[in-house]
Amino acid sequence: MSLALVHARYQLLEIMRVPAALVGTVFFPVAAMLFFVVPFSGQHPVQATYATASMATFSVISSNLFQYGIGVAEDRNQPWDPYTRTLPAGPGPRLTGRILACLAMMFVSLLPVVLIAAVATEASVTVGGFLAAAGTVVLITVPFALMGLAIGYALPSKAALAVAQVLFFPMAFGGGLMSPPGDAPKIIEVVAPYLPTRGAVELMWAAVGDFPVRPLSLLMLVVWTAAMGALAVWAYRRDEGRRFT
Amino acid sequence: MILARTVDATRRYGDVTALDRVSLEVHAGELVGLLGPNGAGKSTLINLLVGLRRATSGRVELFGGDPRDPTRRRQIGVTPQETGLPATLRVGEVVDYVAAHYPNPIGRGELLERFGLADLAARQTGGLSGGQRRRLAVALAFVGRPRLVFLDEPTTGLDVEARRTLWDGITGFHADGGTVLLTSHYLEEIEALADRVVVLGQGRVLADDTVEAIRGLVGVRRVSLVADHVPPLPGVIGVEHADGRTHLLTTDSDGLVRDLVHSGVPFRDLEIRPTSLEEAFLAITQRESADAERTATSAAPAIA
Repeated sequence: MSLALVHARYQLLEIMRVPAALVGTVFFPVAAMLFFVVPFSGQHPVQATYATASMATFSVISSNLFQYGIGVAEDRNQPWDPYTRTLPAGPGPRLTGRILACLAMMFVSLLPVVLIAAVATEASVTVGGFLAAAGTVVLITVPFALMGLAIGYALPSKAALAVAQVLFFPMAFGGGLMSPPGDAPKIIEVVAPYLPTRGAVELMWAAVGDFPVRPLSLLMLVVWTAAMGALAVWAYRRDEGRRFT
Repeated sequence: MILARTVDATRRYGDVTALDRVSLEVHAGELVGLLGPNGAGKSTLINLLVGLRRATSGRVELFGGDPRDPTRRRQIGVTPQETGLPATLRVGEVVDYVAAHYPNPIGRGELLERFGLADLAARQTGGLSGGQRRRLAVALAFVGRPRLVFLDEPTTGLDVEARRTLWDGITGFHADGGTVLLTSHYLEEIEALADRVVVLGQGRVLADDTVEAIRGLVGVRRVSLVADHVPPLPGVIGVEHADGRTHLLTTDSDGLVRDLVHSGVPFRDLEIRPTSLEEAFLAITQRESADAERTATSAAPAIA
């Protein structure tokens, strides 16, 4: 475990040395909060609370997809990566370190979302609701972290960036993250339950309000998690670092 | 005692066979030089031995087990490519990071002192010169007090003085009982350091012998002339035709010229040049593949 902490510390150290990288992680959710949530839902307590939960989910998805997808793909592209695999440690500590570092970065990106909601909107949540949301955040990290890992291990870094972006926006919009619960355009209401983003955001809504989670969304979230897990394991096994043909 | 071994190890990348049934043993206390032109399979062989890649077929052992098992790698040290050091991390941080993986690492100060990097501990590796980075890369192989180190091109791009310093470090480690597997483009480097040389070409072991024996093998000269027809002569290990000239590769140019004159064949523009290491390898490899073809052709009727 101490070796995993060493890996986490170095991951964060490398991120801190290029602070501009932080801006990207924080920018999207902050911009979405300021330009959509505050002006349109800010005055309605219930809507503002749901919208904040949606933006937190948005943040979790982007943070995981990009940090794992691009982070892993870029590391694989560096000659340093094969060197670290000659050190006497299995993949466990490095992966655990990466997960810890990504969780830390994710909470950093969530902080401004929560702050803006508290200061500039009527959103409100009980202490229990807040803790439930915090736990849910960690839970819904799993499928998107696995999706990121699958992308990162399967693709070269430039392709990983493109694929992560192409997947991210349709999943976020299609899952209904940009609309209040039950008020999304018809097509999204039809498609949403089959996307992993929907199950994730429904769990978040349920944590902060009294939204009834649909079993179909939840089932699909489990299916996606299993599928992404299998894909990530397959991509990891196949990977022997970068390769040329 | 055998520290590392391959038995008939073959590694293919798609259609390309990078390593072809290589069998090699590295014994405790040896300093083995691995020589060969680019693409000969040196890096692939090292990648198999340090657990980075799997053999397509055959066996690879490190300290009696599978090198892909992390515990087998506790007593080895490997050099990263110096271009790959994490640019934003400081020299001391990189050393500490690597040290965290070993049960009994060398102290940071002692290691940096030994490789002349003591003043640079607080510098980010991205700001180091090429030579400093190279020294750090080699130093990292020694962090975990290894019994066996793999040094891939340890002194490429270094000036003479820096090279001497690194050589002293390597011979010092060897004198204390350490085992080294070293690759290099430089024959001089292998001569200065190794007691045993393994020559790889086209993924196969072409020679595995003492430095003296290999030096004889590599002491190939190129006898070049213009002639309509050159009869088969003893001692010729390779023939090439280029730009109207015939090039004969031989280890005994004096004997070859004598035989050539005695044969009575008309020729002109005789030249004798030492071959580069690379050429000698090519000659040896060509001879090998010609032999292989001949065997295949003569065997064909028997199969049919």
